[in-house]
Order: sequence, then structure tokens, then C-alpha cells
Amino acid sequence: MSWIRSCVIGAVVLGCVANGPLWAAEKWPGIDEAVVNRIAGEHGRAARKSLIDTGEGDLQLFVFLLAGAVGGFVAGYYWRVLLEGKKDRAGGKPVS
Amino acid sequence: MKYRLIILLSACLPVVLSPSAAFAMHISEGILPFSWALFWFVASAPFLALGLRTLARRSEADLSSKPLVGMVAAMVFVISCMPIPVPMAGTCSHPCGTGLAAILLGPTLGVVVAAVALLIQALFLSHGGISTWGANLFSMGVMGSFAGYAVFRGLRLAGLGVVAAAFAAGLVADWATYAGTAMIMAAGIRGTAPFWPLAGKIILAFVPTQLPLGIVEGAITAGMVSLLKKKRPDLLARTALSGIREEER
Repeated sequence: MSWIRSCVIGAVVLGCVANGPLWAAEKWPGIDEAVVNRIAGEHGRAARKSLIDTGEGDLQLFVFLLAGAVGGFVAGYYWRVLLEGKKDRAGGKPVS
Repeated sequence: MKYRLIILLSACLPVVLSPSAAFAMHISEGILPFSWALFWFVASAPFLALGLRTLARRSEADLSSKPLVGMVAAMVFVISCMPIPVPMAGTCSHPCGTGLAAILLGPTLGVVVAAVALLIQALFLSHGGISTWGANLFSMGVMGSFAGYAVFRGLRLAGLGVVAAAFAAGLVADWATYAGTAMIMAAGIRGTAPFWPLAGKIILAFVPTQLPLGIVEGAITAGMVSLLKKKRPDLLARTALSGIREEER
């Protein structure tokens, strides 16, 4: 199982290193821009703005940050519940 | 203390990873004509209904399944928001997480968690679109989950280990999602152009990014399944480890 662990750690480290703010947005266009929107544009189908448009600036980054934090917290909370179980307030005994 | 650290890390890592950009692989708002957008809504609906029924039944039968569903749903959401640059392609994209969801929860619940993730992303993150939600759900939720699950079960039946089968399932789920996206796009935007050359062109354009990313997704899936198998094998008894004798687990 050690190779699997190494793979996972490697993938996370790679993600962290490769995904920092140093990697400018223009340098790494998303595959939606590079493929989906480009090919759709060639066939006369342009992407429209979203229903709730957060733009391309700091607001969108903030919304992503918020979504990441909330999603990460929920995942971490349930992970803890799965491994440890909920504890009752009095005795700290697992209830599930 | 250890678990507080896990929760803290869980909240911080996605924050560090995801805010650098909002790059998506989903089909953006307005790309598909109305008729095709509607078609994919209708095509996805039965799978979603089946998943919701499974969720209701499972919640009634086993309360302990709720934290697992909650955790997987949050993970699929975070994973599918997380852009990973692929230096060899010069682009970035993200894993889907539906292979993992299909293994841990079953393919129909995989569709449900993908539906929730895609809806939040389309509404608040400009990631995909409301009109293309059905199409994105079909490629990521239906094709990703069912392809990953089929590969996992097939390899398990062939005698492969749980972790290795999970790796293959994550890999195939990712690739199947993008193959599905290519087919859906080609069908929707082709006009009078022939279908297969356009579908092939889109698939080839996805390859440089998704080929390595599929391997990363396979590793994430295998790692997660391995960890849960070690810590809580009972949770996997219904799906990932079902049909496996106790001594083989």
C-alpha cells in the first residue's frame, strides 16, 4: 500500500506546488477556454454569461475561496464523524 | 487533537488549492442549443430520480450511511472545483470525483452528489451553466459514475485487489466524463457538420490535459478507498467490498 500512499502524497504536493498564485491565470487557460469554448465558437456557439455572474476578478476568487472552505470543512467534519463517531455531551461515548 | 487538525487541513487545503482560478471543464452556459440542452435534462432525470430514491431508502435503513454520503458529496464538490495545471499541455482542468463516489456509494448516488456539486457550481461559481446542467450531469454524473463503477466491479470480479481496481475506476471515470463531454458537445454544436470527425477532434483536444489528470484522479480514488478500507471497512461492505469474503478483505 506504500506506493498508493506515495502516489496520493505526490499528487497533493504536485497540486499544491503547481497551483499556487505564482502560476498566472493567463498562463494556464482552463480546458473550457482552450477546448470547449474555442471549438464551440468555431461552430457559431458562443458561451453566455452565467445567471449569477461573479465576473473574473476578486469576487469570483472570494466565492471560490468560500466554497472551498465550506466544502473542505464539511468533508473534514464528516470524515471525523466516520472515524470517531459522534460523542454524547456527557460521557463522550460514540453514538454512531 | 488529531481530528481537529484533519478538519483544519480539510478546510485550508481546498482554500489554498482552489482560489487561484475558476477554470472549468464543464460545458458553459449557452453553448448547447435549447433542444439539446433539454434533451440532456430529460436523459439525466431518470438516473437522478433513481439516485434520490436510493438515498431515501438507504437513509431509512441505515443512519450511519449519512456521514459517508455527506463526506463524499463535499469531496466531489471540492475536487471538481479544484483546477490542476498540466504543464505538458499548458492548460488546467480538474478531476471529477465521481469514480470515488460510485465506488463508495454506488453509481446512482454518484449521480446525486454530482448533481448537487454541478448545481452549486453553475449557480454561484460561473462553473458550467444552468441550461447545460443536464448535459454536464449526464457526462460527469451518469457516464463518470457508471463507467467507474462498471470498471471497478469488473476488475473485482476478475480478481484484482480493491485498491488497484479503485485506481482503474477513478481513471476510467475521469476519461469517460470527458469522452461524454466531447460526444455531447459534438452532437449539440455540429450543425450540418459530420458528428464523428468533430467528436474525435474534441476528444483529441482533451487528451493532453486529461490523460495525466486521469492518472491523478485514479491515485486520489485509490488512496481514499485504501484509507477507508483500513479505517472503516464496514462502511464499504455495501458497495466497494460487497461480494468479497471476510478473509479477503
